[in-house]
Amino acid sequence: MTRHYSALSLVKEGLKGQKGWAPAWTSPQPKPRYDMVIVGGGGHGLATAYYLAKTHGITNVAVIEKGWLGGGNTGRNTTVVRSNYFFPESVRLYDMALKLYEGLSRELNYNIMLSQRGMISLAHTPAEMEMAARVVNAMQINGTDAELFGPGDVKRVLPVYNFGPKARYPALGGVWQGRSGTARHDAVAWGYARAASALGVDILQQCEVQEFLIEGGRCRGVKTSRGEIRADRVGLAVAGHSSQMAAKAGFRLPVTSYALQACVSEPVKPILDTVVLSPGAGTYASQSDKGEMVVGGGLDRIPSYGQRGNLPVLETVISGLVEMFPSFRQLKLMRQWAGIVDVAPDSSPIIGESPLPGLFLNCGWGTGGFKAIPAGGTLLAHLLATGQHHDISRPFDLDRFARGRLIDEAAGSGIAH
Amino acid sequence: MQIFSCPFCGPRPEYEFHFGGDLGNHRPEGFDAVPDQKWADYLYFRNNPKGMAREVWMHLTCGEMFSMTRDTVTMEAAPGEALAEGQP
Ligand SMILES: Cc1cc2nc3c(=O)[nH]c(=O)nc-3n(C[C@H](O)[C@H](O)[C@H](O)COP(=O)(O)OP(=O)(O)OC[C@H]3O[C@@H](n4cnc5c(N)ncnc54)[C@H](O)[C@@H]3O)c2cc1C
Ligand SMILES: [Zn+2]
Repeated sequence: MTRHYSALSLVKEGLKGQKGWAPAWTSPQPKPRYDMVIVGGGGHGLATAYYLAKTHGITNVAVIEKGWLGGGNTGRNTTVVRSNYFFPESVRLYDMALKLYEGLSRELNYNIMLSQRGMISLAHTPAEMEMAARVVNAMQINGTDAELFGPGDVKRVLPVYNFGPKARYPALGGVWQGRSGTARHDAVAWGYARAASALGVDILQQCEVQEFLIEGGRCRGVKTSRGEIRADRVGLAVAGHSSQMAAKAGFRLPVTSYALQACVSEPVKPILDTVVLSPGAGTYASQSDKGEMVVGGGLDRIPSYGQRGNLPVLETVISGLVEMFPSFRQLKLMRQWAGIVDVAPDSSPIIGESPLPGLFLNCGWGTGGFKAIPAGGTLLAHLLATGQHHDISRPFDLDRFARGRLIDEAAGSGIAH
Repeated sequence: MQIFSCPFCGPRPEYEFHFGGDLGNHRPEGFDAVPDQKWADYLYFRNNPKGMAREVWMHLTCGEMFSMTRDTVTMEAAPGEALAEGQP
């Protein structure tokens, strides 16, 4: 069986008719007991299992997924990775993720197709330019790369932009982060799953967690559609379903679930080689390797668990896009979809032990947790393995709400994604 | 386009409405005597139910708040009801 991926193994397998490839991960029967159980087989859950095994040597671990791996937001997102946040706590978190992403294809022996093509967050008014300068200064002080772009720079990276005299969204400049870009979402989930499975982690798909086993005021495992599974510690990484699971564990969370939508066009020849975001127009876009324009925007402002997305937001997104890129008017949309994202009041994630001892949280990533997967996994694994916060996750504990120590990125960097 | 029904103006498109939170999330009385966790609960923690939800909404065009029962999965919404004095 061939397990390692390389040019050499590709040639060898090609000569043997591609018959010798081992499955990327195994699908074992659930065991009655593990050291640790992770609920949710998205990027954060799978990365947590991988780092538990890799960094902490804890391999008696199961990841429990009700559907298929990456079938939640990890396989539905627009794949933008970046670390252009405002507060030092956030920059440390997202820069940790970006640095790990930079070495991830090699570490996992799986091509996650990281493309650091740079991202421009546009400013359309003098006031927005001043805010852009403020964000750039903050990012530089926090030690991550950022550049303030003027109109000439925008012209250089976005030649197809509407620079006409009547443009509704004139481009005065913006925040540029050269290390930002995109990565292949499925590959991130599959790469972590494959590497975790190789280290002995059990990946259980089509297995829904229905209840928590609570004994003596502690979480002792989970009740699933495939039977009871006991564990010393349980990690919860279920994104939009966090409140629902919290209710089963007897507490509430400061999150609201909303639909976030995206769409892709038909594939066309290369025309856009950066990621472009306009907070003003409420639109962002990048071009995929296949040539499709991948387009997204803001949340549907109606709390929802229906994975569909509404028309007014789609209309805002598309009208913003065609105003900025008139040539895109001819594009035909191929698909539109939505994922259910868990949004915290300060648009920052929640990482820490839950009010139910033994149950640990990784949620609240809202519209922007794909870029954070390697860090979310590292930090939840650290918590599960040691029972203690990593320095970087400490400020993101659930206790920040009662302490009034919010990390308000919605106000700080005006984050969309 | 989803249509919601304001108890004062009747059926209107969804973008005229603003979500106002869980019905019955009242501000705790007692100011300094209220423990931090209770303030946090009122300010930040949410029911966020999957399925039937009882919520407060605002119709932006007339400025009135009202209550609405809604299914967060099917998005079915009953007509809004005026908030009554002493309602939970
Ligand atoms: C349209 C869209 C665009 C986005 N764009 C970006 C972007 O460009 N950049 C970015 O950084 N982020 C983006 N995001 C956000 C990002 O996708 C998420 O924050 C991230 O994928 C969350 O990962 P996760 O592993 O926590 O959750 P998910 O990938 O959602 O995984 C959670 C898993 O838990 C499972 N689950 C739920 N309940 C149970 C249960 N009871 N038992 C077992 N399993 C359960 C679900 O089936 C799911 O697979 C976007 C999101 C959407 C929807
Ligand atoms: Zn009205």
